[in-house]
Amino acid sequence: MEENIKKDNIRKEENIVYKKTKLMTDKVLSYCPGCGHGTIHRIIMEVVDEMGIQSETLGIAPVGCAVLAYEFMDIDMQEAAHGRAPAMATAMKRLMPEKYVFSYQGDGDLAAIGTAETIHACNRGENITMIFVNNGIYGMTGGQMAPTTLPGMKSSTSPYGRDIVTMGNPLKITELIAQLPGTYFVTRQAVHTPANVRKTKKAIRKAFENQKLKKGLSFVEVVSNCNSGWKMAPVQSNEWMVENMFPFYPLGDIKIEGELVK
Amino acid sequence: MKELRLMKGNEAISEAAIRAGCDGYFGYPITPQSEILEYLMLEKPEERTGMIVLQAESELASINMVYAGAACGKRVMTSSSSPGISLMQEGISYMAGAELPGLVVNVVRGGPGLGTIQPSQSDYFQATKGGGHGDYHIITLAPSSVQEMADFVKLAFDLAFKYRNPALILSDGAIGQMMEKVEFDEHRPRFTDEEIRKNTPWATTGKTPDRERNIITSLDLDPARQEIHNIKLQAKYRKIEQDEVRFEKIACDDAEYVFVAYGTSARICQKAIQLAREKGIKVGLFRPITLYPFPKKEINELSKKVKGMLSVEMSAGQMVEDVLLAAERNIKIEHFGKMGGIIPSPAEVVEALEQKIIGG
Repeated sequence: MEENIKKDNIRKEENIVYKKTKLMTDKVLSYCPGCGHGTIHRIIMEVVDEMGIQSETLGIAPVGCAVLAYEFMDIDMQEAAHGRAPAMATAMKRLMPEKYVFSYQGDGDLAAIGTAETIHACNRGENITMIFVNNGIYGMTGGQMAPTTLPGMKSSTSPYGRDIVTMGNPLKITELIAQLPGTYFVTRQAVHTPANVRKTKKAIRKAFENQKLKKGLSFVEVVSNCNSGWKMAPVQSNEWMVENMFPFYPLGDIKIEGELVK
Repeated sequence: MKELRLMKGNEAISEAAIRAGCDGYFGYPITPQSEILEYLMLEKPEERTGMIVLQAESELASINMVYAGAACGKRVMTSSSSPGISLMQEGISYMAGAELPGLVVNVVRGGPGLGTIQPSQSDYFQATKGGGHGDYHIITLAPSSVQEMADFVKLAFDLAFKYRNPALILSDGAIGQMMEKVEFDEHRPRFTDEEIRKNTPWATTGKTPDRERNIITSLDLDPARQEIHNIKLQAKYRKIEQDEVRFEKIACDDAEYVFVAYGTSARICQKAIQLAREKGIKVGLFRPITLYPFPKKEINELSKKVKGMLSVEMSAGQMVEDVLLAAERNIKIEHFGKMGGIIPSPAEVVEALEQKIIGG
């Protein structure tokens, strides 16, 4: 009996149901256990691998928790200044139109300091893929209020809850950029369940394939948890996300093939 | 074949960029340099050489487009004037940190703040001492004619790529707006994708199986490694200071006094030399062409042979600090300048020489 539970007896080809994503490096992820970033990284790399475009893909890492994304993705990448990734992606795609270019940003990066770059890249209809991870908080700097922090939600800079009178309303930037004629595909997804992971992966694949069509910008928002910043256990944070984030940021496609979804 | 044209300094920058094999220009309008973007849009360089031109939403976007293009191994540039260059300092610092070659043109106007649209040289400190956050320098070239506006584009690109460092052309509203004849070189072809992979093996051109992935970043959270990176940057700057100093000396052989001036001020000083010599004052001009690296050694040598030096700048006196650091201190060294967009006349320069240096 003891012989059978040795690692070598278990690690057999017929027992393998899941493998490490080929284009993820061996570097240990710097994310908190329970965070969605690792899953999102993985499915982007799965898409790049499955499309066979590793040598044609250029990525941009943000400022925020995913600042070290280039440590984990086995592709050529550039690290952006805070908020500037869409401007960078614009130049990369214009200068190398045959490449697949994607930016990866959080809510503070994309919807606060980089709002101008986000709106104008979308409005120009740059032929790129923008990945937007929205967890309603500044994770890396220690849980401060983000542009997407929900009304009443507590953070280290809204310790009594977000007061919309003095702190403004959360910004639904995804709905906003969907209004612009330059965006071709706009969707909001999540990665808290296997079914949602599959949907998000499908959306990201479509967002990459759209670059071949040269019809505009593809924008994938992923509503994700920040268990550390929200000060919750991982499972509890996902439950809180479903109950509180999803009603405000409803999942699903917002714009398909340049047309708003009714 | 060389081609002779009559054009503005700003237009010369644009035409020279097309001919220097520039891959992309990203800019935002601001007086007194908007002709750079206007000329490029009119000229359609994409049809001539494949060069991309894009009007960005801001100077922040422009410089980050340059950052990203340079990180792909492309010859890319932007231009602006003083307030816009202030906005770009973030991106320039990131480029210095990530060791990216790119060209920035500053057609300087008077400040501080929104200041004026008239010419000035009040961005010297910003240009030569780093400008943004962190310990860094950018190679700074100061043209004093429309011809040099054109010539320095190619030179700046070459120096930027030689050292993997941003380069700046520090011009001013007068050189940018005035028209002169300018002779252009033939087109230098843009780098091919193959050449880029060979010349800039560090660039993000797509990870192929024959190499590790390329990462362009200015971040290293480990202080020990960040210190090593900074030491490496400083060693590069010492090498630049040793090998890339450029300057011009006019009428210095018999000079008892010298003007030290660059750009528009150097042009004014050339006339002032004539006026002074008519009065019997033996004065010459030392014109730094590279403001960083600053010609310290040459100014020191010259200071041993003359009785005094007058640093003439359209500012409150910025370069004069470098002249004072470089020169022997037993001679008289003063600053003369005008601020706020006022250009001094040659007669005023001679008067300043007489009062501050000869009589002072």
